[in-house]
Amino acid sequence: MTRIVLAREEISRAVRRISHEILERNKGADSLLLLGIPTRGVLLAQRIQAEIAAIEGKEVALGSLDITLHRDDLRLRAPRPLHRTEIPTGGIEGRDVVLIDDVFFSGRTIRAALDALGELGRPATVQLAVLIDRGHRELPIRADFVGKNLPTSRSEQVKVQLEPIDSEDGVVLEG
Amino acid sequence: MKFPRHLLSIGDLSRESATALLDTAAELARISDGQIKKLPTLRGRTVVNLFFEDSTRTRISFETAAKRLSADVINFVAKGSSVSKGESLKDTALTLQAMGADAVIIRHHASGAPQRLADAGWIAGPVINAGDGTHEHPTQALLDAFTIRHHLAKDRGTLDGLEIAIVGDILHSRVARSNIFLLSMLGAKVTVIAPATLLPVGIESWPCSISYDLDDSIEKFDAIMALRIQRERMEQAFFPSEREYSRHYGLNGDRLSRLKSGAILLHPGPMNRGVEIDAKSADSVRSVIVDQVTNGVFVRMAVLYLLLSGSPANLAEEVKG
Amino acid sequence: MTRTFKLVNARLATGEKSSITVEAGVITSIGENAKSDVTEIDLKGKLVTPSFVDLHTHLREPGKENAETVASGTRAAVRGGFGAIYAMPNTNPVADTAGVVEQVHSLGLEEGRCDVIPIGAVTRGQEGKQLAEILAMAHSRAGVRVFSDDGNCVSDPLLMRRALEYVKIFDGVIAQHAQDPELTKDAQMNEGIISSRLGLKGWPAVAEEAIIARDVLLADHVGSKLHICHLSTAGSVEIVRWAKARGIHVTAEVTPHHLLLTDELASTFDPIYKVNPPLRTERDVHALRDGVADGTIDIIATDHAPHPLESKECEWPAAAFGMIGLESAFAIAYRALVKSGSLSLQSLVAAMTTKPAVIGSLSDRMSGLTVGAPASLNVIDLEKEWVIDRDRVESKSSNTPFHGLQVEGAVESVLFRGEWVMRDGAILR
Repeated sequence: MTRIVLAREEISRAVRRISHEILERNKGADSLLLLGIPTRGVLLAQRIQAEIAAIEGKEVALGSLDITLHRDDLRLRAPRPLHRTEIPTGGIEGRDVVLIDDVFFSGRTIRAALDALGELGRPATVQLAVLIDRGHRELPIRADFVGKNLPTSRSEQVKVQLEPIDSEDGVVLEG
Repeated sequence: MKFPRHLLSIGDLSRESATALLDTAAELARISDGQIKKLPTLRGRTVVNLFFEDSTRTRISFETAAKRLSADVINFVAKGSSVSKGESLKDTALTLQAMGADAVIIRHHASGAPQRLADAGWIAGPVINAGDGTHEHPTQALLDAFTIRHHLAKDRGTLDGLEIAIVGDILHSRVARSNIFLLSMLGAKVTVIAPATLLPVGIESWPCSISYDLDDSIEKFDAIMALRIQRERMEQAFFPSEREYSRHYGLNGDRLSRLKSGAILLHPGPMNRGVEIDAKSADSVRSVIVDQVTNGVFVRMAVLYLLLSGSPANLAEEVKG
Repeated sequence: MTRTFKLVNARLATGEKSSITVEAGVITSIGENAKSDVTEIDLKGKLVTPSFVDLHTHLREPGKENAETVASGTRAAVRGGFGAIYAMPNTNPVADTAGVVEQVHSLGLEEGRCDVIPIGAVTRGQEGKQLAEILAMAHSRAGVRVFSDDGNCVSDPLLMRRALEYVKIFDGVIAQHAQDPELTKDAQMNEGIISSRLGLKGWPAVAEEAIIARDVLLADHVGSKLHICHLSTAGSVEIVRWAKARGIHVTAEVTPHHLLLTDELASTFDPIYKVNPPLRTERDVHALRDGVADGTIDIIATDHAPHPLESKECEWPAAAFGMIGLESAFAIAYRALVKSGSLSLQSLVAAMTTKPAVIGSLSDRMSGLTVGAPASLNVIDLEKEWVIDRDRVESKSSNTPFHGLQVEGAVESVLFRGEWVMRDGAILR
């Protein structure tokens, strides 16, 4: 069974709201660094960057952080090629880093991301923005900015679709 | 992407998986170029360097690659030739298995020894061929392909249409075998250039052109790889003298000046300066020989990462999370 | 106790039904008019052949009893339907004196389940330097008629010439292992596309063919008898064909494995496929089958070469050359030659019985199933399918390349000089 949980407009609204919240929390865009987690986290980060630019008239720093090599479940996963890690010049030292991902589930991805950040330097703060929080945390990690809280069962699958990787925007629940 | 369980020969790779491996190596090179020197990927895993043949450079390259991925490395340097054998390959393998080796990197003087290790059921983990006899040396070919791609194809895509020459002792070269099959699979047009005595019987059936004359078409190549020539081949009557070999098949200043612009020179090392390549060529701006060494580490990191992630049981399906 | 009995309802290789009476270990009558007042054994239409004769077996005793002994090797022979096996001299010590050949001969007699006929070395220690005491071996109790340095080639042309001349004294034969040593130094497998791809040192066909060409000319020149061991290449078949057409006294053998397997198996790097001469190409396999079909190749010989497990459980270049073959010989040859349509059953039986007996001067086996011949017979179920299993062999060694292969044609019972040595698959002696 497939159910649409968020439609195109709802995703836009959520991204806009998250962008406002990020600005509010950090009192402006100056020290911000948005780091998307590939693949769809990067698209979300780009959208948030665009929203912030529209609100503040400033382009905040943007990058990507592939956490594949930091995962603790490599033994359980089929081998796959790496995604790009792109850290803007200046690095993460002293910045307010916002990690951005599409679905927040067990928390292991974020743990891996925190490990990866640790290799890169020492940010002032690390915050987390996600489009969907579906629960079932396995680690003591929480999100700072959430597009939508979506109660799910473990067997269900949440699929976030974003242009241009996918044909149209939408979040569906399968299972 | 489907990735093989072992890396024994280039035949284990498809164009798709070889490209994915090179892409992974390229990403690892980028990351390592920045601040990240060490990744936690293989923490808690034990990788064994099982070397039956001396090769400090290959062993160190694998060791560096494994350590940058946080694996524990055991160096097992077995002495002896095929004649004066001590412990058998089987007993060595059983010992490594008992010690909990998660992967075995093997260099052996006997062609096919890595495949025996992989097929005989003596060890459970992946086997990586680090050069076997006159058979194959797949990671060397991968690092050569990586280096060529880096210089001539901007790290992306394939080697489609590139003209690549491999010059020298093709008959006895595992590097040549792996390269001919890998480079051609990636779209390059490979030409082997050697005296007829140093070409294997039946090479006509391989995916390469054959030439006896280096000067004939030297202008057309985008990359030229010189192979190490061993002096003992002279005593075995494969060629009459180093001087004659070098005159006809050596890379030198004269030939360097005839290369097309942008063409690069490769050599798998160690070099016999003055025989298959002279100092002027080896140290020229066209030479990427030092890059090859650097790139070897990234390619081997990619191989270790891809072979050691996943277990055979669930390779088929990616676990969701 | 000598017994008299009659095998009834037997099928001969010619296809006809017949009965065979055995008295005191000898065939006393054949045909429907055979004696009627004796015990009858109903063979239910199964094939009866003379027991096979193998001109090329390695028994490894003395010296390598961990691989094979006369006892285990003769059991393997019986399992395969062989009533006489010629034991190659590359033992330790080499069978190059009357003493060693008599030892092997008497060990065979003690076992008493098939004839063991020693082959003498051509040169001392098989070293290819000076002739062994050939006459002493010929005149010994073993009565050696076949001489070979098998495993080594008699590569020195002058020494080969002398050996060919010398065996004329007693109408003997030199069995040559044709392999030019210089062209095959460290060689591992057939030289061709596969060896080049695998990086295993190649063994060119010409290394075999050049020696055969030289030796047929030498045999012609001195008017002696030459036998070529285990032909493996198309070119070898052509040379022997030419030599026979010219009237040269040359005979030739081929092994079952060379009639079925090719060098592509080396791609596994599993040394179970490592053998001397090496497995060749598809084209060679077909030429060998054609050679048997037109009589260029006279006989099937096993080159049964047992090796202990550790000699094969290693990397290819370190492994020993050789395969066991006695127990599967008939089934493999039947599949490669008769089932494939190359050869009649009758011709295959001749190539495994009377023809090798003639080459080896085994006088009482030359005429096959005839009155007065020793009652050394096989009962074979041609329809029976079975799977070759390395873990269920009589040989001490298990290095068969055919493990797991399903074949047709099982030797069920074997009569050796009138006594059952195997009955319905059970070895009795």
